Amino acid sequence: MSADWPILSAVIWLPVLGGLLVAFSGDKAPNISRWLALVVAVLTFLLSLLLYTGFEMNTAAMQFQENIPWIESFQVNYHLGVDGISMPLIILTTFITILVIIAGWQVIQYKPSQYMAAFLIMEGVMVGVFSALDAMLFYVFWEAMLIPMFLIIGVWGGPNRVYATIKFFLYTFLGSVFMLVALIYMYFQSGSMSILDFHTLKLGLTEQILIFLAFLAAFAVKVPMWPVHTWLPDAHVEAPTGGSVILAAIMLKIGGYGFLRFSLPITPDASKELDWLIIGMSLIAVVYIGFVALVQQDMKKLIAYSSIAHMGFVTLGFFIAFIILAKPEVDGGVILGMQGGMVQMVSHGFISAAMFLCVGVLYDRMHSREISDYGGVVNTMPWFAAFMVFFAMANAGLPGTSGFVGEFMVIVASFRADFWLAFLAATTLIVGAAYTLWMVKRVIFGDIANDNVAALQDINKREALVLTSLAIAVLVLGLWPDPLIQIMDASIANLVNHIAVPKL
Amino acid sequence: MDFNASTLLLLLPEIVLLSAIAAILVLDLFLDQSKRVFTYGMSLAALVATMAAVMLGDNTSQVVMHGAYVVDAMGSVLKVALLSVGIFAFIYSRRYLSDRNLFKGEFYVLGLLAILGMMIMVSAGSFLSLYLGLELLALSLYALVAFDGDSKPGSEAAMKYFVLGALASGMLLYGISMIYGATGVLDFAGVAKVIASGQADQTVLTFGLVFVLIGIAFKFGAVPFHMWVPDVYQGAPVVVTAFLGSVPKIAAFAMAMRILAESMGGLGPEMGWQGWQGMLIILAVLSLALGNIVALVQDNIKRMLAYSTISHVGFIFLGLLAGGDKGYSAAMFYTIIYALTAVGGFGLLAILSRKGVEAENLHDLKGLNKRSPWLAAMMLLIVFSMAGVPPTVGFFAKLFILDALVNADLLWLALVAVFFSVIGAFYYLRIIKVIYFDKPESEAPIAANADARLAISVNGLAMLYYGIFPASLLAVCQAAIAAL
Repeated sequence: MSADWPILSAVIWLPVLGGLLVAFSGDKAPNISRWLALVVAVLTFLLSLLLYTGFEMNTAAMQFQENIPWIESFQVNYHLGVDGISMPLIILTTFITILVIIAGWQVIQYKPSQYMAAFLIMEGVMVGVFSALDAMLFYVFWEAMLIPMFLIIGVWGGPNRVYATIKFFLYTFLGSVFMLVALIYMYFQSGSMSILDFHTLKLGLTEQILIFLAFLAAFAVKVPMWPVHTWLPDAHVEAPTGGSVILAAIMLKIGGYGFLRFSLPITPDASKELDWLIIGMSLIAVVYIGFVALVQQDMKKLIAYSSIAHMGFVTLGFFIAFIILAKPEVDGGVILGMQGGMVQMVSHGFISAAMFLCVGVLYDRMHSREISDYGGVVNTMPWFAAFMVFFAMANAGLPGTSGFVGEFMVIVASFRADFWLAFLAATTLIVGAAYTLWMVKRVIFGDIANDNVAALQDINKREALVLTSLAIAVLVLGLWPDPLIQIMDASIANLVNHIAVPKL
Repeated sequence: MDFNASTLLLLLPEIVLLSAIAAILVLDLFLDQSKRVFTYGMSLAALVATMAAVMLGDNTSQVVMHGAYVVDAMGSVLKVALLSVGIFAFIYSRRYLSDRNLFKGEFYVLGLLAILGMMIMVSAGSFLSLYLGLELLALSLYALVAFDGDSKPGSEAAMKYFVLGALASGMLLYGISMIYGATGVLDFAGVAKVIASGQADQTVLTFGLVFVLIGIAFKFGAVPFHMWVPDVYQGAPVVVTAFLGSVPKIAAFAMAMRILAESMGGLGPEMGWQGWQGMLIILAVLSLALGNIVALVQDNIKRMLAYSTISHVGFIFLGLLAGGDKGYSAAMFYTIIYALTAVGGFGLLAILSRKGVEAENLHDLKGLNKRSPWLAAMMLLIVFSMAGVPPTVGFFAKLFILDALVNADLLWLALVAVFFSVIGAFYYLRIIKVIYFDKPESEAPIAANADARLAISVNGLAMLYYGIFPASLLAVCQAAIAAL
C-alpha cells in the first residue's frame, strides 16, 4: 500500500521543524516553548497512529513507501517505508517522546526551549532511522542522532557528564564508521544504495563475514552488547532523566533493529557462521551483567546494567534461529525466537522508560541516586511505591506484564535449540528478580531511613499521568500481546525464509 | 592560439579584478580614516564584479595566450568558490581590524592581489604562469601575516612563512626546470603529450616530479612539509588566518590538478612505486595521522584548527590519488567545502574577539551558548561539518572521498581514513564541549556587526544546506571534472 500523502515524511519532519521552532521560541517565556513542544509531540504521535490504522497485516512488503531521488549520481534516494518490524518501533518512539517532554516539564529550568527542541529533533531523526530504506539515508539519520543526544547529556547531565557524553559519542562514532565503509563497499558491488537491493546482493563468505563484523561494530555498540557496553552505564547515570529514557527505550532498540534490517538479511551465511559469537555475547550479557547489576549502589546504574541484560535476550532471540535451523527435526522455534526478541524490544522500551522515570521522580526530590540514601519510601510516597513495585515486577519478568512475554518466548525458542543455552538464559528469571526486587526492598520498603525520606512528597498529577500511561502499556502488552505479534508476523516470517536460504 | 582582442575577453575576470585593485589602491590614498569603510565596500564590490565576470564568461574548454592560460569549467567553478570564500573572509575582518587600528586599505588591496594570484594559478596553462600566480599569492600572504606590525608573533610567523615559502618555491622551480629539461616544453598539455610519447628521460622526469610535488605539498601544508602551518595560523591576526587558511586551499587544489592530473597524469606505475599516487599515499596517511593526533592536545584553537587543516589536506590527497572522475570530483568537492568551513570557523573567532581580547584559546569560547545561542549553533554546524558528522556537508565530502577510494580498490586507505576521523572527532567535540557545557567566563555581550552576523549565518547554514542537498554542488564538480 502506498499512502496518498507522505505520512512517514510528516512523522519525521514535523518534530524536526517543530523542534527548531521551539528552539527559536527562546527562554523568555518557557511555558510557551513547553506547550509548543507538547503539542508537536502529541500531533506527531497522532500522525504516527495513522501508520497503524492504515497498516496491512498480511504482507511483508514495505508500506507507506516514498521514493524520490536525492543524490542522483550516487543512486542515493530519499526512500522511506515501514514493515511490521519498524512500524511498532516508530509508534514506540513517538509515544515515549511525549512522556519525556511531560517528565521534563518542571525539572528542566536551564534553557528549557533547547531541551525540548533537542528531544523533538531527536524524535524525528529516530523515526527516520526506523523508516529509511536507503542505506545512505539510514546512515545520515543514524549519525545525526548522536548530535542532540551528545548535547542532552552534556548540557543537562550530572556532574561527570562531559566524560560520559564524549565517551558515548566516540564509542558510537567508532562503531558506525566501519558500517559506513561496509555500506560503500556494497554500493560498489551492487551499484545501488537501496537496503532492499542489498538484501538480494550475492556475496561470498569472506565478504559476508567482514561486512557482518563491520555491522556488528556499529550495532553491538548501540545495543549495547558485552564487551562494548561500558559507555552505557556512564551515559545513563549522567544523562538527565529524559535522556536516559530515550537512550534505554529507543536508542538501544535501534541496534537491535539494525540486526534485523541489515546483518541478518544481508549476510545470512556470515550470521550462521558467527552465530556462536553473538549467542555467546548475549548469554554473557544475560548472566554476567545480571550479576554485575546485583552489586550496584546507584539506582540508575543498576537499571542500566539490567538494560544490557535484557537486550541480551533480544540478540539471543534473533540468532538462536540459526541453531534451530541447523536441526531439521525441530520445527517452529525460529519465528518464535525472533518475535520474542521484537516483543522484548518493545516491552523493554516501556519498562526501562518507566524505571528511569521512577528513579527520576526520586532524584528530583532527593538529588541522590544512591540506594543507601533511601529506605521506607512507601511510608511517604504510597502511590509512587505502587508504581515502582509494579514496574520492578515487570522488569523481573512477572507473568501478566510485558516483560514476561518476550523473555518467555525467547527461552522457549532456546529450549528448541539447546537445553543448556536455555538453562543459562533462564537464570535471568532468578538473577533479574534478585537485583530488581532487592533494590525495591532497600529503596521502597522498611522503616523510614532518614529525615529526607520522611519529608518526601508523593507524586503529582503530571508524574502520575506519565507513570499510569506506561503502566497501562506494560499491562496491555503483557496480557494481550497478540496485536503486536500480528503486525510483525508477516515480516518476521519473510525474514526467516530469507535467512534460511544461503546466499553463496 | 592566435592573439586577437577577443582573447582578452576570456581574461575579463582577471582584468576586472586588476583594474579594481589599481583603482582601490589610488582611491584609498585620498580617503580619511573615517571613510575607510568605502575601501571595504569597493573591495567587496570588486569581488562581486569579478564573480559576475566569471559566471557570465564563456567556459568552454580552450587554451589561449600560447598555452599560458586555460579556460575551462573547473577553472570557473574554482574561481567562483575562491571569490565567495574571499568575500566571507573580508566581511569577517572589518570590525576586528577597526578595533585594532588596523583598518587600512592595504589589507584589502593585499587580499585582492592574493586572490588575483590565485585566479591566475587556477587558470594557468603552463608552469610559468602557474609560478607567476603562486608568487603573487605568496608575496601578498607574507605581508598579510605581518599585517599587525606591533605583534611579535605576527612578525615571527611572517618571517618563518617567508623563509620556508621561499625554500618551497625554490624546490618547485627546480622541479619545473627538470621537467622542462626532460620534455622541452612548459605548457601542461605539451608536457602531457611528451610523456605520453614516452620520449622523455624518465630519471630526470622523476626528479622533477618529486620536487614539484614537494612544492605542492608545501602549499597545502601536508606532512612532512607542514611545519609552517601551525605557527603561521597561530601568529597571524585571526582575520588573516581566516583568509589564508581557506581560500589558498582552492588554488592549491587547482595547482595539484593542473600539474599532477593534467600534465603528469600519464606518469603511471611504470615509473616506480605507483608514480605520484604512491607518493601522495605517504603524504596523505602521514597528514591524517599527525594532524589528527597532534590536534588532540592543543589548547589554542587557531593552532588546533591548523592541525585539523593538515588532516583535511590528507583527505584531499586521498581523493586526488584515487584519481579518475570520481576521485578528482570528490577532492574538488572536499576542497571547496573545506574552504567554506574553515573560513566560518576562523570568522567566528574573529567575531568573538573584542577590543584588546583575542579569542584564540579554547576557554575563550566557554559558555558561548549562554552568551549567544545563535552563534553557538552556527559554530556547532561548522565544527560538526569539520568532524564529518551528518547531516552537515562535511560528512558528504568525506563520503565521496571514501567512495572514490573503494572504487579505486584502496579499501585499506578508506579504513585508515575513517579510523583517523574518529580520533579527530575527539578534539572537535572538545570545542563543542566548551561552547555548550561550560559556564561563560565573561557575560559580556557579543558585539558583532550586522554584516558579520549575516555572513556567519549564511556560512553556518550553508553547512546544513549542502548537507541536506549535496547533489547540486556535487553535480557542478562532476561536470567540471568531466570537461577536463
